[in-house]
Amino acid sequence: MSFAVPATLEARLDELTTHYPQKRSASLMFLHALQEHFGHISDEAVEWTARKLGLTPINVHELVTFYPMFRQQPLGKTHVKVCRTLSCALAGSAEVRAHFCEKLGLDAHAHAPQTTADGKFTVEFVECLAACGSAPVVLVNEDLHEKVTAAKADDILRTGK
Amino acid sequence: MPEQFKLILKHVDAPGYTPDIACYMRHGGYEALKLALATAPRDLPDGKKLTPKEVVREDVKASGLRGRGGAGFSAGLKWSFVDRRSGKPIYLICNADESEPGTFKDRQIIHKDPHQLIEGMIISCWANDVKLAYIYIRGEMPKGARLLEQALAEAREKGFLGKNILGSGSDLEIYVHRGAGAYICGEETGLIESLEGKRAYPRIKPPYFPAVLGLYMCPTIVNNVETLCHVKHIVTMGAANYAKLGTPNNTGTRIVSLSGDVQRPGYYEIEVGKVTIGELINDPNFGGGLRSGRSLKAVIPGGSSSKVLKAGEVFKLNRKGADGQMTKVDVPLLDLPYDFDSLQQAGTMSGSSAIIVLDDSRSMVDTLANLSEFYAHESCGQCTPCREGALWLSKGLHRLSHGEGRKEDAAYLSHIAQNIQGRTICAFGEAASWPVLSFVKKFRDEFEAQGAADEEARAKGTGPAHGTRTAASPNKH
Repeated sequence: MSFAVPATLEARLDELTTHYPQKRSASLMFLHALQEHFGHISDEAVEWTARKLGLTPINVHELVTFYPMFRQQPLGKTHVKVCRTLSCALAGSAEVRAHFCEKLGLDAHAHAPQTTADGKFTVEFVECLAACGSAPVVLVNEDLHEKVTAAKADDILRTGK
Repeated sequence: MPEQFKLILKHVDAPGYTPDIACYMRHGGYEALKLALATAPRDLPDGKKLTPKEVVREDVKASGLRGRGGAGFSAGLKWSFVDRRSGKPIYLICNADESEPGTFKDRQIIHKDPHQLIEGMIISCWANDVKLAYIYIRGEMPKGARLLEQALAEAREKGFLGKNILGSGSDLEIYVHRGAGAYICGEETGLIESLEGKRAYPRIKPPYFPAVLGLYMCPTIVNNVETLCHVKHIVTMGAANYAKLGTPNNTGTRIVSLSGDVQRPGYYEIEVGKVTIGELINDPNFGGGLRSGRSLKAVIPGGSSSKVLKAGEVFKLNRKGADGQMTKVDVPLLDLPYDFDSLQQAGTMSGSSAIIVLDDSRSMVDTLANLSEFYAHESCGQCTPCREGALWLSKGLHRLSHGEGRKEDAAYLSHIAQNIQGRTICAFGEAASWPVLSFVKKFRDEFEAQGAADEEARAKGTGPAHGTRTAASPNKH
């Protein structure tokens, strides 16, 4: 896939840089926008961001490798982030994650993000999602699902959201 | 019966209350801003005169407001450290990177009453001569970020932001900046680095106190979401009336995030110090007690980084007697008033006011293994003791929680933790160490018994297969 940033997106990003006295500050917001559009951060996206912000590619690459939300590989269409941290674990999030994995034919013992062969789902454990009062919680793309049971997990798998 | 006191959460979850500006203004929104802008100069007894902005800053100090993010430092004092003579611009950053495990209070404000935060920010910026401010929101709250952007656009349209706010002659812009999943961005200097477009490596203090050398090496105020909301109420109520809420030196209200083994987990706003830990856990207005048939084992009182408290512990607290003299009084865990000072005297902290309750079904080894995995994952990697030590702790606890423990593990874990705390640039070193030190100290029997049982099983050749589980879960298996 060739790397081309649509003009509307570029205009939005150019406007973003005006929010900061120093352009470099816009790096994270650039990467979010590019990841939303392309699905992951490619080397081309890193170089493009560096060029736009007057940086060298390493300045951008080191962000992609530091911040857990940025991905260098494409992910599944539906990204299921199961909270691993204490309050959710107390409420059974390990079991919820295992349920997702088993239903999708993924390895329930692997920790890293896993994507189904058809590219529809990615399942991963993430750290505290700040919704501990309604544990266990799962972030599906941008939607937070609370008090997730096996039945709710099945709904997510059925609808993809 | 102890009850909630809803100041910040007054409208949150009220039927029909929506996050748009029209609804906010129907409920008296932005009146505090008008009040602040109309503040009269104040003559002091010593003949000095305070400007309107100085009056608001003094009132925040006089209100006794302490930071609601974790450190509990006086907000007014924090503002007073700002270098106003450097000639450089002063920035304000709202820390909306809510990520201390157990904490979910700022999420409610951001998603359900964003204008309350924005009004508090505008007043705080005006009082501190800030012309450019940011809301640093954690990356995992994309909807919250969009809601805030929408709310900022609405406020701009009404003239509460932009040039010459409501004819005051003051300008202000606020922008939303999204993090990307790193817990360390909640540390204020890490946050500043991140906002500059870098890895969130915390800066060393001295010299990099944000009030002097913060964002772009300019004086910078970093305040938590809830703290900034309180500023609005201090302006509305007046400092003296605000200070009547709560208890001396622990004024105002606070939103407590309650989770874990209680019947009614959730967020509850209380007058600081007017409700005890026991009431928060057991009262029908709050946690509603433990699950049926269970008894209390431990309480993590102020976010996952705070030192654990064991059921049945009794603490020595300073109390002022009728004669005005301070005496030490025995206070059992459940009778501890939930405030900054009482928890500090109990050897822990109220931190981000997040309580995680553990009942007797929980393994303290597995619980700590879960927490240590968090810190191993979130260490930014800048300081060696933390980068390596947090991982060692997690690996050691992983073994111990997977049947591969040793008798000496309790001592081993404490030894590592002691070599992290105090040896790092930021407080993450303490955050990673304190749970380990307190868990092992207070539940040493459990840790040693686990190690001994594992050794015995290995000696008999009945030890576990390797790699049977990959993620620590505190549920007993």
